[in-house]
Parts: sequence; C-alpha cells; structure tokens
Amino acid sequence: MELIAGLADRMEVYLALAAMLFGIGIYGVLLRRTLIGMMIAGELILAAAALNFMTFSRFLSPDPSTGRIFTLFIMGIAAAEAAIGMSIIIAVYRNYKSVETDRVADLKG
Amino acid sequence: MPMLTPDGLAGLIFIFLAVVTLAGAFIAATALRLPRAVAGLALGFCGLAGIFYFLNSPFVALMELLIYVGAVCVAIVFAIMLADPGVEKARTARSTAIPAALSLPVGALFAWGLIILARNTMWPAPAAKLNPGDTVDIGHSLLTTYSMVFELISIVLLMAIIGALVLARKGRD
Repeated sequence: MELIAGLADRMEVYLALAAMLFGIGIYGVLLRRTLIGMMIAGELILAAAALNFMTFSRFLSPDPSTGRIFTLFIMGIAAAEAAIGMSIIIAVYRNYKSVETDRVADLKG
Repeated sequence: MPMLTPDGLAGLIFIFLAVVTLAGAFIAATALRLPRAVAGLALGFCGLAGIFYFLNSPFVALMELLIYVGAVCVAIVFAIMLADPGVEKARTARSTAIPAALSLPVGALFAWGLIILARNTMWPAPAAKLNPGDTVDIGHSLLTTYSMVFELISIVLLMAIIGALVLARKGRD
C-alpha cells in the first residue's frame, strides 16, 4: 500500500513512463506506412521529451520554472511543426494522390 | 480501508493516468484507421496532462490540453479529411529498408535501455528551490530571462503560418 501511495513521488516512475512513451513513438514511426501516421508517432516522441523536462524540473532543478518554460516551447515548436507538416502532406497528396511512403518514391535509386 | 488515505487515492489516480497515457499512445501508434489513431493521441495527451498536474504544474497541464488536444489533434484531423488515406494495408508486403516486424523490437529496445539508464544513474541530490515555479514565476521568467526566446518563438510561429499557407496554396488556381 505504501508502494502505491509513494508512486507519484518517485522520479524513476516518471522517467520510465517517458521512456515507454518514447519507445512507443519509435515503434509507431517505424511501423507506419503513411506520412500522417508517422507524424502522429512523432508527436509521441516530443511528448516523451516534454515529460522528461517536467520531471527534472520538479525533482532536481533549483529553478523549476526553467523546465516548464522549455516544455511550453516544445509545445509551440510542435504546433508549428504540425502546421508545416500537414501542409506538406496536402501538397504531396495533390501531386501523388497518395500519402503512402512507398508510393512517394520518385528519388529512389 | 487503508486504501482511502489521501496518498493512497492519489497513487491510484496516478496509476490510472499512466495507464491512460500508455494506452492512448499505443492506439496512436498502431491503429489501422487514422481517425482512431488521432483519437488515441488525444486520449494519451489527456492522460499526460494529468501526469503534468502530478508534477506540480497545473498551468502546463492546461496548456497541454489546449495546444495538443485542442489544436494539434484538430489539425491532424483536418489533414486526414483533406488527404483521405483510408485504411492502411496489411503490413507484410512493405518494400522499404526496415521490415515492419523489426519495429517492435527496436521500440522495445529503446524503452528498455532508457529505463535501465534511469534506474542505474546516480542523480544528484535535489538542490534547494529558489522559487516554487508556479504560474507567476513562469511569467516573470518569460518576460525577463527568456524574453529573447519568447520573441523568437513568435517569429517561428508566424513563419510557420505563412509557410503553411504558401505550401498548401501552391498548385491551386
């Protein structure tokens, strides 16, 4: 019972959660066959990085606002990346009529 | 009931949030239909916002909900509607360099290695806190120490908006 009660106060728990999120993100990026699916999995990788920053700012940092501001910047960059990525995907779809990575292969040797 | 102490209840809620986060992430990575993957992504980010709440930062938790669930997921839904990828085909016939069967071991290897690393590292003892790091401190830091970065990221966002407009507009009369 003390184990469950103290779970939220241990740094390793948060780091393990972030590591699992990162692993699932890598798994998704390698597994996906469409550009949109790859971008969704990439968001998971960014979320894992943000969780690590939040964990270190909560447990180790003398100035916790630094890690939180870095997390906010990760969110802003992720939003910009999503907007640009989506418009590139729409442009690719207009040229190829497909967003599958196997068919967008004109430069393949 | 020993379960019903405040700490025990908080631990149970934490476990629930962690399970929600991981389940949502797994759905987002593996669902065959992309709208389901986006729904899983939104679920996972809701769980992650709860985890951020446990990390003493309700402000970042609110921003997580607002930006990720409210903006990024909706943008992905729009892209799915415009590009119409349909159902992913069976993954056995993939012709790229990395076979799909390798993706699970690779992802598991990364996660396992990072967990081992986090367990075995001797983290330095927590330093004395200069401030609690609440919303007031975040606001002060953003407008003093990090004001330059704050301005730069607004320029990045502006360029992203204009670039997205230019890219999506090209080829249309």
